[in-house]
Parts: sequence; structure tokens; C-alpha cells
Amino acid sequence: MKKTRAETDYSHRRISRRAALLGGAQLLFIGGLAARMRFLQVDQADQFRLLAEENRINVRLIPPSRGEVFDRNGVRLAQNAPSYRIVIVREDAGDTDAVLEKLSTIVPLDAETLERTKLELKRSPSFLPVTIAEDVSWDDISRVSVNAPALPGVTPEVGLSRVYPQGSDFAHVLGYVGPVSDYDLEKIEDPEPVLRIPRFQIGKVGVETKLEPLLRGKAGAKRVEVNAAGRVMRELDRREGTPGSDLQLTIDANLQGYVQARLSEESASAVVIDCDNGDVVACASAPTFDPNLFVRGISVKDYNTLTGNKYRPLASKTVQGLYPPGSTFKMMTAMAALEAGLIGPDETVYCPGHLTVSGRRFHCWKRAGHGWVDLQTSLKRSCDVYYYDLAVKIGIEKISAMAKRFGLGIKHDVPMSAVAQGLAPTMEWKSSTYGQSWRVGDTVNVSIGQGFMLASPLQLAVMSARLATGRSVEPRLIKSVDGVETPERGGENLGMNENNLRKMRRAMNAVVNDRRGTAYGSRIIDDTMRMAGKTGTSQVRNITAAERRAGVIRNEDLPWERRDHALFVNFAPVETPKYAVAVVVEHGGGGSKAAAPIARDITLQALAGGPPPLEAYPAKDRERIEAQQEKLRQIQPQAVFSGQDQA
Amino acid sequence: MSYLEYAVKTAPTGLRKILYLNWPVAILLASISGAGFLMLYSVAGGSFSPWAEPQMKRFVMGFVLMIGVAMVPIWFWRSLAGIAYLGTVALLVAVELFGTVGMGAQRWIDLGFMRLQPSELMKITLVMFLAAYYDWLPVKKTSHPFWVILPVLIIIIPTFLVLRQPDLGTSILLLAAGGGLMFLAGVHWAYFAAVLASVIGLIATVFQSRGTPWQLIKDYQFRRIDTFLDPSSDPLGAGYHITQSKIALGSGGWTGRGFMQGTQSRLNFLPEKHTDFIFTTLAEEFGFLGGVWLLGLYALIIIFCVWSALMNKDRFSSLLTLGIALNFFLFFAVNMSMVMGMAPVVGVPLPLVSYGGSAMLVLMLAFGLMQSAHVHRLR
Repeated sequence: MKKTRAETDYSHRRISRRAALLGGAQLLFIGGLAARMRFLQVDQADQFRLLAEENRINVRLIPPSRGEVFDRNGVRLAQNAPSYRIVIVREDAGDTDAVLEKLSTIVPLDAETLERTKLELKRSPSFLPVTIAEDVSWDDISRVSVNAPALPGVTPEVGLSRVYPQGSDFAHVLGYVGPVSDYDLEKIEDPEPVLRIPRFQIGKVGVETKLEPLLRGKAGAKRVEVNAAGRVMRELDRREGTPGSDLQLTIDANLQGYVQARLSEESASAVVIDCDNGDVVACASAPTFDPNLFVRGISVKDYNTLTGNKYRPLASKTVQGLYPPGSTFKMMTAMAALEAGLIGPDETVYCPGHLTVSGRRFHCWKRAGHGWVDLQTSLKRSCDVYYYDLAVKIGIEKISAMAKRFGLGIKHDVPMSAVAQGLAPTMEWKSSTYGQSWRVGDTVNVSIGQGFMLASPLQLAVMSARLATGRSVEPRLIKSVDGVETPERGGENLGMNENNLRKMRRAMNAVVNDRRGTAYGSRIIDDTMRMAGKTGTSQVRNITAAERRAGVIRNEDLPWERRDHALFVNFAPVETPKYAVAVVVEHGGGGSKAAAPIARDITLQALAGGPPPLEAYPAKDRERIEAQQEKLRQIQPQAVFSGQDQA
Repeated sequence: MSYLEYAVKTAPTGLRKILYLNWPVAILLASISGAGFLMLYSVAGGSFSPWAEPQMKRFVMGFVLMIGVAMVPIWFWRSLAGIAYLGTVALLVAVELFGTVGMGAQRWIDLGFMRLQPSELMKITLVMFLAAYYDWLPVKKTSHPFWVILPVLIIIIPTFLVLRQPDLGTSILLLAAGGGLMFLAGVHWAYFAAVLASVIGLIATVFQSRGTPWQLIKDYQFRRIDTFLDPSSDPLGAGYHITQSKIALGSGGWTGRGFMQGTQSRLNFLPEKHTDFIFTTLAEEFGFLGGVWLLGLYALIIIFCVWSALMNKDRFSSLLTLGIALNFFLFFAVNMSMVMGMAPVVGVPLPLVSYGGSAMLVLMLAFGLMQSAHVHRLR
């Protein structure tokens, strides 16, 4: 587009006018900024006159003290203890190497610590304090204070740190705290300034992290006058923060300690639920670890030991571990059939040791078969074929729906880390997950708690509690927050036929108390404490036809990872159920041998509120039990000795 | 106007061009950057790492880039305006699709040797393209509604893309710079009055939307506005930045605490002390006089740019120069208003002083264009 000279000139004049206007406006704004600066820096400088000399005012955050955690009887599980640390500021220290050397003659410092400090000093700005040692003893702190003149730039500092007095007993439930990491900060949008306080602790795992908002509290602030060296001269005013809420767990520390000791170094877990209100009174996963190690920052060596252990001490097996429930699931299959009206009271099935379903042969664990069995006998002796037969008749959907009503395949609301949902499979689930259609064989597997069926120990305990009460008991882990009781979770009536439930309980009673029951060896003979339960042994490998012919290899002859899981669920006392228990011993072999005795000990301990009388055990076991109690007393003295009312 | 009409004969050639650079602006840029190095050295506690040294390297790179760009005739750059604009918009779309997420916002493309922030580049290419547009458009059509809607679209598209990142600060700068250029080009007053009225309406709507499901901006952005309006309401939460920044400024007094003696920033009370809030450190350490001195340097750059534009009879060149100056002005004016508690905290760095590679290089590139316009001006 060709432009005339005149046009160019006209446009130029136009630009000039507006440019002058806009330029003027800009200069005016700059003038405004200068005026504002004058207002802040000169007129308002009076407000900061105090700072004219060597002093100045800082606003400092007061970290809120974290809420403490107690057990159901008031035993302290997590508290805040003063912790002392030694820090060094590079610019105040001058020759840091010399100062560190002098320091190491006063307090014990190993070479690794010195190395790390020097590296950190090199990396961070010279005015930032670098921590030399944490959790220093009071003696060492006083020695540093006394020698302060000889140690420029070195100062002892005091802060609050989390301590777990019960140590490893609550590692999986409570979890632990640790300093805020960059990774944590990245995950939070617009983090609170308090999180930026160096070494501020936040929950990392378990209740500590799930209930972080309750436990943390709100930061306060103080205005302090500090001198040129950054030392606080005096405090001008202070607004206290709000401390975090105190929590009370439903767990009984004594029982928990006992359960943890009883599981000892097995790779096992156990959950005890109060049938009345859903309170989780014990929830232990073994082996465990000391959460205090993580608060201080765990050493690489300790951490590798924990992660390298094949029993997975860091895993919270009670809620996170998923296992095929094995025969403990048979109650669900039976309930589904009873509620559907598919089995009459005396209906029997013939067990020849196997059942052929659509061309595939499914074996009973007992090769020779059980002969004619009815419901009670099938559960008592854990006949598999009876349930295969039921499964074919009722189909997976009814079984799965029944399992869900009893709390399997449902994520329960407990504030612990990595709570697993488990799985009560349906046809729809299989086709959407694997793109394959459901087969009758899958139903047969599920009917005895194998195949796709997966449940956590917590879910099994809930199932047991619901069988015992007929109510939809929900696990409750937090008893009260700041002294305010949380609602109980005894649950509504499940709406099952009471006769059917009674039949199930009678059968479960027979499992333990009938001479031919699979858990007869673990019965309780005290009439006020008798228990009813069900053993489970879940396979983790396939048994080939060839192996079956040659004779199934015994568990003891297999490597640990390929042995069966041992499970046991029970409730007691039989007539008026108080506690429901689930025990899972990973690769422990048979449920009756590995899991049931543990469940019995735990049940008795819970019911007796301390060490149970030896008379509750069958006569021939008493000697062995006494020795065992003696051994546990050494591991966990207070749990075996004292009753519930301690503390 | 084709390049033949440029006063090719009167324009200097070869290395002689260096003599004809706008040296006052170049020296001012160097002084401001120098102040930046000093502050970065100070906030690192008297150390060239981690900030001052890379910043100096980038400035040298930027300065060379500026002179390089200035050597190329302005008519060549004009012919590139359209491609540059489209290219940057494409980059913004690319960021949207594959960008790296940092600090909660998606802003960068990782090029390997540096992280490119296309929204920075957009500020320049938008001004370039608008200047070229108004150079091409016959003056009489400037206020014709159709020819007004077109540049509005040119501005809105990148603004929207930047807003999605989300980067409220930069999108406001883009809108303001684009609008400013339209104003300079001579679009009728009435349009600006209408826009002003609707902006007021929009702000009212945004506030109305709070708490409703169709809320227009994020919660944290609302909180920033709240704290801007009343910083004392939440001195430890969101008001923390502004309060601390004002304490630092106020404690500077007339002459400041002296170099490296600033405490507020050194004791880590200030957030982002090496980027958005670096001015507070300067004002704390050098006081009111130091702050005004820096402000004066900025003002001089604006004055020299406007002067250069007024002396230049080429419409593209003067619009471009004014646009760059306006951009530069908006940059530091928003940052300073923010640290002085006159505007909400929106995350705009202080040009040439704040630590940051993209911004530095893009600014020097912009001043390269301005220098090119100056060297090859119609006399």
C-alpha cells in the first residue's frame, strides 16, 4: 500500500501526540511510585526507628505444638519432647574447619557427620544455619554453651520433636512424622508459611499423615527485636498459635503390645474389633520397626535393612496386605446360599474328594473325600466340594454381593496409609479388567476364597464381627478428638435372616469346639470365654495334576515364599460376642496350626483384660502356654503383667 | 511502505552502525543490570553463586544479541513480524500441550540448554505484529470497527493462552501493552472508554462469581486479592509476602542499611528474594535514595525511547519503539507496585534486575529491535 508523504506526516503527528500523552502518563506513574516509596521509607520510617540502631524487628512464626495421641485408656502414644541440636552459621564462624575441629574435641562427632556438615556448609548461603548434630544430649548442649566464646558461629538450639514412647508397637497404625521435604511442598498448592520453617515436622505415614490437618494446629507469631548478629534481644509481642488437636485411638496399648509380641518376628498380622461399637482395639503387623528412627532421619544402613527384609516390616499388613481368604470365606458362600433359600436344613452333598465342573476337576483338600456332608459338617471339617456344589448353584453375583454386605471388597474408613479395597469379584469386574468372560470355574475358586477373591485382615475381622452380631459393624480407629467422642460404629441391622446367622454361628462354634473341628486344638474351655471361628489355608501356587498324582508336597518342604497363607477368624464369647479377631500368618502353612493358636491367645488376652487364667486352656496345653507367657513377659513386660486399668 | 522508501542512503552502513546506536539506552540497560548483579550477589550472602554469575553471563549474551539485532535493518524485522507472532502463538500452544509444570503453572518448554518461556517472547512479538499491522493499515481506517476488531483478536488469542497456563500477571501485561499500542496508533477514544467500562463490569462479575460453581479465577487468586485489599487480615498466611516486603522497604529509611546489610531478605523473611521481590532488598540496603535512583534509571530509559520514537518518521519503527518502552514500563511498574503494596502479588519480575534467563534475553532482544529502529531511522 503506497502512502503519500502527507499521510506519513499526518500519522506521525498523531503518534507524536499520543506518545507524548502516554509517555507523560508513564512518568506521572513513576512519580507516584517514588512518592509511595518516600511514604514508606521516609514518612513511615518512624515506625521503624527502632531499627535505626543495631536492632530490628522481625516477625517470627511460632510453630504450633502438634496434637498428642493417646490409646483408649489414656496411655501416651505420640508426644512432643524437647530436642536439642547444634547449628553453625558460616559467616559467624569464620574458619569453619577449625571451629568444627574444636567442636569435635568437646562433643563426640563422627567423621561422617563432619563430612556431611562441611558439604552442607559449602552448598548453602553463608548466613543460613546448618545443623551439625541433632538429638544431642543435655550434657553436650551445656558443654557447647559453656565453651561458646571458643566456638564462634556455633549455637545450641532447642525445638520440639515427635517421640513415640511405645516404640515399634504403633509403627503401622500411627506412622511417623518427618521434616517437610521439597517433594511434600510441591504437592501442596499455596503451602502455609509454617511449612517453610526449617525442620518443621509433618505426618508422613499412617494416622500422622491422614489426620495431619487435625494434628498440626495453627502457627502463632511473635515480633522480636534482634541485634545485628541475629540474636534475639527481646520479644515485643506475641500471638499464640492454636496447638493441634489431641487424638485418642480406640486401640488398647496393652493388648496391642501383647499382640505385637505374640506375632513377634513372623510375617503376620492381627486385628481385634470390639463387636459392640466397631472399635479397633488392636491392629498389629509384624515384623515391625521403630518409628522414632524415621523422625530423626533414618540412616541408609537401617533403611536398607528394613527394605531388604523379605518379611516386609514397613508394610502395614493389616490394611494393606491382601490375601485370598481361603476357607474363611466359606461362611460367605454358605450365607449367600442360605439367604437365597437354596439349601434346606438337612440337605447333604456327597464329597468324593473332587468335583468336575465343565470338564475341569476341582479337588477337595482331603484326597479321600468327606463322604456325605451337611452345612455344619462341611464348615467344621472344611470340606471344599460342598462349597463347589453351592457355588455352581448360586453363581458369583450372589456370593459377591453377600461378601460386600459383610464388608469384603469395600474400603473401610480408617485413617491409616494405603488402606486396600480388596476384591469381591463380579462378572462385570472380570470383563472390564481382563476383557474375558466369567467362567463357572472362577465361581468355584471364589467359593472357597481362592481365585480372584482378595481380602485384608481388617476386612476379615469386620466380616467376623458382622457374622457375630448381624449388624453392619464398621471399624472405628479414632475414639475422640480433643476429648470429643466420635460416633460409635456398631452399625445397623444387616437385615439377614436371624435363623441363618444362628446356623452359621453354630457351625463356626463346631469348627472350634467339636472334637472333629479343624480348630479343635485351639479351643477355649472356659465357658464364659469360648470362641467360635473358622480356619483358612490359602494357596499361593498351583498344584499340578502330576504333583497330585505323586502326592502333594508338604508345606514344610517348600521354600517360604511358596507355602500356604494361614488364616483364622473368630469371635468370642460364643453366646454374647464381644471381640472379633482375624489373624493372618503369611506363608505360615495351615490355618489350624499356624493362625488359630495365635488367635486364641489374643482373644483370651482381650477378654481377660490381661494375662488370661491358665484354666481357660485345655489341660494338656497349659504347661506349654505357661512357658510361652513367661517368654512374652520378657519381650513385653507391661502387657503381660498389668491389667487394662494401668495408666 | 516498501523498504525502498526507507532512507536507505541516509542510513549508516557496516560497522559504522555501532556509532549510531542509541548509546544512552545501552548504558542505562547496563547500569540497571549492574544493580541487579549487585543485589543478586547480596541476597546470596556475598556470593556470585548461585545467582549473580549466571545472570552476568546472560547479560553479556543479551548485550551481544542486542547489538546483533540492531545491526540488521529494521525493514527486515518488519517483514518478519507476522511469522514471529504466529510462531510464538504456536509455541504457547505447544507449552499448553507438552510444557513442563513448575511452581503450579505450566510455562516452559525445555530446550535442553535453556528453558524457554514463550509468554515472555509473546510480549515482544505481539507489539511487533501490531506495529506492523498499523503500519500497513491506511491511517484513515484506523478507527473503523472492522479494523479495530482485528487487532483485538490479535491481542486476545495469546492473552487467553497465557491465562490458561495460568499466568495472570503476564496476561494482564499483554492486554495492557496491546491496548497501549492501539491507543498509540490512534484508535478512537470511544473504544477505550467502552473497554474501560466493560472491564469494570467484568471485575464486578468475577467477584460475584466467588464461591459459585462457575467461579472464574482460582481460590488462591481470590486470596491474593483479599490480602492485597487488607494485608493485615492474614499476616502469616497469604498476607505474609506483602507485610514482609513493606517491613523490609520501611526499614531502609533514607539511605538504607548499606550494601549486604539488609536483614529482612538475608534472614529469609522475604519470599522469592532473588526474583519477584528483589526490589525490596535494594530498597532495604540502599534506602529511599537507592530506590529512587533505580526508578530514575528506568524513567530515563522510557524518556530516551519516547524521544527516539518521536524523532523517527517511520510509523512501524516509532510504534515498535513506543510499544517496547510501554512493555518495559508495565513490567517494572507492576512489579514495584506489587512490592510496595499497591497491587496484588501477581508474580511479575523486575526487568533486568530479577534473576531469570528468559526475561533477560527477551528484553535485550526487544531493545535490539528498538536499537535497530533507531539506527535505521527515517531522518
